[in-house]
Amino acid sequence: MTTLLEVDGLTKRFGGVTAVDACSFSVPTGSVTALVGPNGSGKTTAFNLITGYSRRDDGVIRFDGNSVRAPDPTRLARRGLTRTFQQARVFADLTLVENMVAALQQPWRSAFRSAVRPNERARALELLDEFGLARLAGERAGNLSYGQKKLLEFAAVLMGEPKLVLLDEPTAGVNPVLVEQIEARIRELNARGLTFLLVEHNMNLVMRLCDPVVVLDHGTKLAEGRPDEVRTDARVLDAYLGG
Amino acid sequence: MTRAGLLRAGAFIAAGIAFPLVFSAAWLVNIGVLTLMYAALAVAWNLFSGYSGYISLGQVAFFGLGAYSLGITFEHFGIGSGYNPFYALPLVGAGVALASLPVAWIALRTRHMTFAIVTLTLLFVVQQLAFNLHSITHGSSGLEVPPPTFSADTYDQPFYYAMLGIVVLGLGVCWTVLRSKLGLMLLAIREDEEKARGLGVRVTGAKLIAWWLSIWLTAMVGGVWAYYLTFIYPESSVDPLVMIGAVLMTFLGGRGTLWGPVIGALVLVPAQQYMIIHLGGSQLYLVGYAAVFMVVLLLLPRGILPSLRDLIVRLRERQRTRGRPIARQRAAT
Repeated sequence: MTTLLEVDGLTKRFGGVTAVDACSFSVPTGSVTALVGPNGSGKTTAFNLITGYSRRDDGVIRFDGNSVRAPDPTRLARRGLTRTFQQARVFADLTLVENMVAALQQPWRSAFRSAVRPNERARALELLDEFGLARLAGERAGNLSYGQKKLLEFAAVLMGEPKLVLLDEPTAGVNPVLVEQIEARIRELNARGLTFLLVEHNMNLVMRLCDPVVVLDHGTKLAEGRPDEVRTDARVLDAYLGG
Repeated sequence: MTRAGLLRAGAFIAAGIAFPLVFSAAWLVNIGVLTLMYAALAVAWNLFSGYSGYISLGQVAFFGLGAYSLGITFEHFGIGSGYNPFYALPLVGAGVALASLPVAWIALRTRHMTFAIVTLTLLFVVQQLAFNLHSITHGSSGLEVPPPTFSADTYDQPFYYAMLGIVVLGLGVCWTVLRSKLGLMLLAIREDEEKARGLGVRVTGAKLIAWWLSIWLTAMVGGVWAYYLTFIYPESSVDPLVMIGAVLMTFLGGRGTLWGPVIGALVLVPAQQYMIIHLGGSQLYLVGYAAVFMVVLLLLPRGILPSLRDLIVRLRERQRTRGRPIARQRAAT
């Protein structure tokens, strides 16, 4: 099995606090990898370091066979690594279709072409339909419910045909029906070859969906392996239940 | 372009062309030049700040640079007189805009308030340079531009039409940008720049293109203005009040819209001139000018155009709901 994303010795300090401490793990190509851990264990910080939203103090990141020396969100997205945010972030004043098309990575020579070209609209509508949002296509994204925004954000990152999608708590604050829908989408896309790395607190979902599972605590890796292995690991139980 | 859009543009251009022919009194055409100058500055400002959300308070620095560039070009290269200098404007503007890119690139590393303050500083830096680079600008004694050879009766008209041309050009550029991929990028940046980066939007490039276009227009306006006055000095060519005026007009008309800045200028500049004429002696006109803003901000806080649009939507909605019970009855029978 090849590795799509590899993180080695990743470290981030905020003043005296080491949020991510020499953390190493890898995301196999074609997997749905989970990054779990108690609150404050450094999961989102690790996401920010990998996607270039925050600068690492130490460590090596390799994506798709190349070392990423200075991660930059724009460049990484254009190379096929994209993410969603813990609090759904969409362009509130733009319509759903515009939100989708804005997520298409454009070459400079098309900068003065029409904002939404017919084939791009068709592609956006197709994806929106898969996410059950097609009937809202012309609506302002700001008018959506929180759960719908999460769906839209997920759908939009797929427009650029990424290789790896980082989902930061895709089901947080979302009703059970939408959770099922999101899970189904992840399975489908994964079956088509897309790799996922997700931070998630819903353990049932993680156990059903993800393999491998990486457990963080205080910024370091506690365990990494198949879900059933991780679940019975004494250190993991300790971290979650206290002791 | 929609038919309504075409009609609006046609009506604006026709009215713009007709105005000095109908009202040919020099003082009226003079107010027309001033109104169109502010409209052009507001349109240019809106193109960058209105669409990207980056509030720049330094654009007028490049209005001044445009004015001085034209004056200096006159002095050293002799670009003729009459209409010839107008043809040099696009090149002068392009040069100023190109020269502003490195500064913009640095300033754009900041955001929000910081960006506003950094660009405001730019304004004073350029003003100080105009004062102190004596050998180029003649400092506070000012730079003279050879007066044009237009006939005294219709002296203001060429300048009026030059300003009108820049406004129309600016609107054309804005219209093109708004419906293009670049426009979509700028709006995404305005909404949530961090998110846009995560989607692979090249935010710095998009901002710099919009900036370049905005400065290009701004510097051309400065050039026309210098030629119109035939005399420029640092206080008046880099004037914070001109900056504030253009920004407030954009806010008044509706930031981020196509026509908002023009409407803002059409309302405010004539109002300001009227008050100067009637209350000028007592400085009371400044109070009146401020009062216009207060009333508009109180009644239409989002600007004239967006507020009007909301009103139309509400009226239509009301009409539709009023019609509904009848429709239901009809369906039942």
